[in-house]
Amino acid sequence: MKIKSLEDLDAIKAEGLKSLYPDKPKVSIGMASCGLATGAGRIWDALSQEAEKGTHDFVLAQTGCIGYCQKEPIIDVLRPGKPRVFYREMSPEKALEVVGSLKNGEANTEWALCKMVEEDFLLDDEVRKLGDESPSSDICLSSELGFYNKQLKIALRNCGFIDPENIKEYIARGGYRALWKVLKEMTPQEVIEQIKQSGLRGRGGAGFPTGTKWESCRRASGGIKYVICNADEGDPGAYMDRSVLEGDPHSVLEGMLIGAYAVGSQEGYMYIRNEYPLAIKRIKMAIEQAKEYGLLGEDILGTGFSFHLKINRGGGAFVCGESTALMASLEGKPGEPRAKYVRSVERGLWDRPSTLNNVETWANVPAIVVKGADWYSQIGTEKSKGTKVFSVVGKINNTGLVEVPMGISLREIVEDIGGGVPEGREFKAVQTGGPSGGCVPASLIDLPVDFEQLTRAGSMMGSGGMIIMDQDTCMVDVARYFLAFLEEESCGKCVPCREGIKRSLQILTDITEGYGREEDLETLEDLATTLRDGALCALGTSAANPVLSTLQHFRNEYEAHILDKKCPAGVCTNLIEYSIDPEKCTGCTRCVRVCPQEAITGEKKEPHIIDTSKCIKCGSCVEVCKFDAIIKR
Amino acid sequence: MELDLVKVDAIVDEYKGEQGLLISILQDIQSEFNYLPKEALFRVSEKLELPIGQVFSVVTFFKAFSLKPRGRNIINVCMGTACHVKGATNILDKMKRDLGIVEGGTTSDLRFTLDTVRCVGCCSLGPVVVVNEDTHGRATQEQIPKILDNYQ
Repeated sequence: MKIKSLEDLDAIKAEGLKSLYPDKPKVSIGMASCGLATGAGRIWDALSQEAEKGTHDFVLAQTGCIGYCQKEPIIDVLRPGKPRVFYREMSPEKALEVVGSLKNGEANTEWALCKMVEEDFLLDDEVRKLGDESPSSDICLSSELGFYNKQLKIALRNCGFIDPENIKEYIARGGYRALWKVLKEMTPQEVIEQIKQSGLRGRGGAGFPTGTKWESCRRASGGIKYVICNADEGDPGAYMDRSVLEGDPHSVLEGMLIGAYAVGSQEGYMYIRNEYPLAIKRIKMAIEQAKEYGLLGEDILGTGFSFHLKINRGGGAFVCGESTALMASLEGKPGEPRAKYVRSVERGLWDRPSTLNNVETWANVPAIVVKGADWYSQIGTEKSKGTKVFSVVGKINNTGLVEVPMGISLREIVEDIGGGVPEGREFKAVQTGGPSGGCVPASLIDLPVDFEQLTRAGSMMGSGGMIIMDQDTCMVDVARYFLAFLEEESCGKCVPCREGIKRSLQILTDITEGYGREEDLETLEDLATTLRDGALCALGTSAANPVLSTLQHFRNEYEAHILDKKCPAGVCTNLIEYSIDPEKCTGCTRCVRVCPQEAITGEKKEPHIIDTSKCIKCGSCVEVCKFDAIIKR
Repeated sequence: MELDLVKVDAIVDEYKGEQGLLISILQDIQSEFNYLPKEALFRVSEKLELPIGQVFSVVTFFKAFSLKPRGRNIINVCMGTACHVKGATNILDKMKRDLGIVEGGTTSDLRFTLDTVRCVGCCSLGPVVVVNEDTHGRATQEQIPKILDNYQ
């Protein structure tokens, strides 16, 4: 059926609402990659068998990323007129028990994570009451959990609430209203004006104003223009784009359609990482469904506007996150960037005007169109508007995907949302911006997080990865890690990047292996300047950031490696030795059994010793020791 | 063994011989043959009317492609930042020791190819090991032999 009128859209919305809120209990399983990796698939199998048996009358559904990755697999149970209850760390057995408890109209409370008594339909300006009741009243509200209560979900508005493979549920939560509004009521210039007014900036790294980009592309001469979605999410430690594509693919599609109308494009590409098979599957399904409803293809919504979208899978090159490299790759060439004296909004893909935005940026667009530029620009800071999705990972208690207003302090993210670093360790730094970013030290924990502030602290926003580091993370090793990454990913086209990164890495490797010299730090800073001034694309110009920011904030660690030949964090294997603390060792023999070198000896129930001449410092013993008795020094 | 070029033709035809879709075509050929045989690349070059040099430059540029036969099971140890700070290097070293191969290598019985991936986006579950399509989160060195036992 092709949608031609608002009545058509409303009719689908009504169907979608029935599937979102059926008249019998509904069990949804978070089935994005994180959930699946922890066993959501096995839970799905167990519950579908149970559903087939017919002993319990319930609907089984899948949904996307619920965000609280630490507690995966997560399922949620929604009973008519009752709150939605989330269950954490599920197994097939536990999930069956939760379903079993539905029979008596009760909710299991044992593994409950939290509940929701109302749901925000952001695009409809509506808060939907789900009802409350006494039996589950001892389950805390999601708004009372530190992990959730500071979040504001715009890009992630549907993730974890809808079945990503069901377009009706997307429409039920206000989807494709923005497209209707744009095509029926707005001129392309009005759309561009609105996006400009909203202050939306690119979520992929550099933070270029989206509306300005669209305007330049609209003004560029040329009959054929392209709209491209950068889904080659490459920053290690960031996975928001994957989650949006897996959990709410239509939001990206709708955003692209609006962008295409605004710039005057009829053809688009989605360049997506081949390492994200589930995201590819879901966006392909979304495209088919959108075509079926007349939301993609010829004569969209009967307005005469046409847009065609193709999917290209990436070949696994980080540099393809750079716009011109990505476009080269779309043309079937090696992904090498070019100098940008002519910008890609004028001459991009196949030398034609091209607008490229990343997944999260596109997903924000429909919300801005429906709710208005004023609404959006009230959120955030002076120059960084709206919200940003961060993946909070590393040495942190609550790892997960969070969406917060710009300007929130690092402290709120690390302590309130993230729950601090585990096991009483000391918070040392947070790495943001991927290989182009840097490390913000613990002393700057009250820093408000936005584009400008992160840059000022020597790091950058990047795509939103936040890797929390504690006392056991060696900052020199972190710098070496990023340079090793970049050395492998540098395309080799320009000399400063190809050689500058290689030499920097060599020096850093020497330092971590105990061959560092005092003058090395100066050489590193020299190379950094050359890279910044001389490299062709952002991969090279920002490549020194991990070195510079760690040098700026953790110079003492570099000096410990160079002067004392010590690694204070106990990471760099050449500079440490393993030993066993006789006070803590109980002689349980676990380490003896896992040591691949047979380097550990000792009598049962007596403290053990490590023969350092045999030890290869593989860390197997540290991993299994329950008494924290292995010393790395 | 003679290469079945009919399969190569079918893949190229599926993409209507569009040059811009070279990478997708190569990916499908690799899924079919498990690597990119030289004969297949020449056929692609011919059918797409692209210089063979360009085909090879794309193949050698992207990490996803292999010109050598790979193992029946592909192990990818995630080397993303979150996995790195949680000890991914130790996991990779353990794999190398147990399988007796280097990174990028294939065991002589073609059972495993050991590779690394820059990030699979399961950062909350680090360290992560992906074998074929299966993601194993919160991996420990102790679990590695048990994980590998599942793949023959």
